[in-house]
Amino acid sequence: MLRSDYRQYPSYPHGKLIHLAVGFIAAGLGAVAIPAIAKPDYTAVTFLVLAAQQFREIRNMERETLLKLEETKLVPRGSDYIEGIARVFEARNYLVILTALATSAAMQWLGWPYAVLVGLACITFSVLIKTGGHIGDIATIEAAPVHFEGSLLMVGDVVMMNVGLPQTREKILSEGMGVLIKPKDDDARLTLHAPGQRMAIIHDVVSILGTKVDINETELAPMARKQVDKGYLAFFIVANEPDLEYLVQIIKRVPILESSRGTTLGTFYGRKAAD
Amino acid sequence: MDTSLKDFILAIVTTDSSKVTAGGCPVILAGDKHEQERTCLLLARILGGVVHDLENGVFFITRH
Repeated sequence: MLRSDYRQYPSYPHGKLIHLAVGFIAAGLGAVAIPAIAKPDYTAVTFLVLAAQQFREIRNMERETLLKLEETKLVPRGSDYIEGIARVFEARNYLVILTALATSAAMQWLGWPYAVLVGLACITFSVLIKTGGHIGDIATIEAAPVHFEGSLLMVGDVVMMNVGLPQTREKILSEGMGVLIKPKDDDARLTLHAPGQRMAIIHDVVSILGTKVDINETELAPMARKQVDKGYLAFFIVANEPDLEYLVQIIKRVPILESSRGTTLGTFYGRKAAD
Repeated sequence: MDTSLKDFILAIVTTDSSKVTAGGCPVILAGDKHEQERTCLLLARILGGVVHDLENGVFFITRH
């Protein structure tokens, strides 16, 4: 819950204290629940249920903070990404409660050696399930040439935008980087189709490699456009660190957002249509 | 939130006045290609817009 990396996510440095405090409360709640019922102390149980309500607020808190910050961002995260982050925070607190609950249950009925074992198992389990999929799992990423057809900027065979000024075109040709993100199946195609997922990719790349876009110079804005016939994405950026190899690696590590995840292959007609 | 005109043509810069007629935005006539590009650059920076090329001698500036 406290890991902080390039995305300033899961937590901003000062946010750590907040989450440490909430996590401590969550662990406490989980730990005393079983002994309270076993005693039996029903007043304590009632209070525990009341306290558990507070964790719903965590999602709102994260969402509000990130949405406020979004207004001053040149390259926004997008509300899909924010919703994902907020949900992850709430879910992780529940994981903490469950871990504490299981450990204290083992302590109550089996004794402390088992409690240690159960605790370790729960922590391992939590670490395993909290890591979701990445773009690299559902798509192949390959470098593509950035070029112009008349005034149209192209990455591979995908039209990105119209660029008027010759100086800007030269800059793009010398410093721009382009990649194609090709989905492996129909689910992946739907995932990449979602604008929220594209914003997440752009945001992650920009937060690592930087971008040359500025408040009044939006011509160099990074973007991801879809090849409408084949469904793959073309990604374009003029980065501060023009390193194509790392760009590909970064895109592979972008998380798949829950709200953008395509699920057509999970349906009967989706599978039939995908031929 | 930022409240400004978006996806709206802020100005047209052309070297050929026969290509444009009166419309809802300022039309600026440039003497030659070089002046046109320079004017576009200045306008784009001042207005916070992006220069687009219609490939017929007409440039326009818009904000996205």
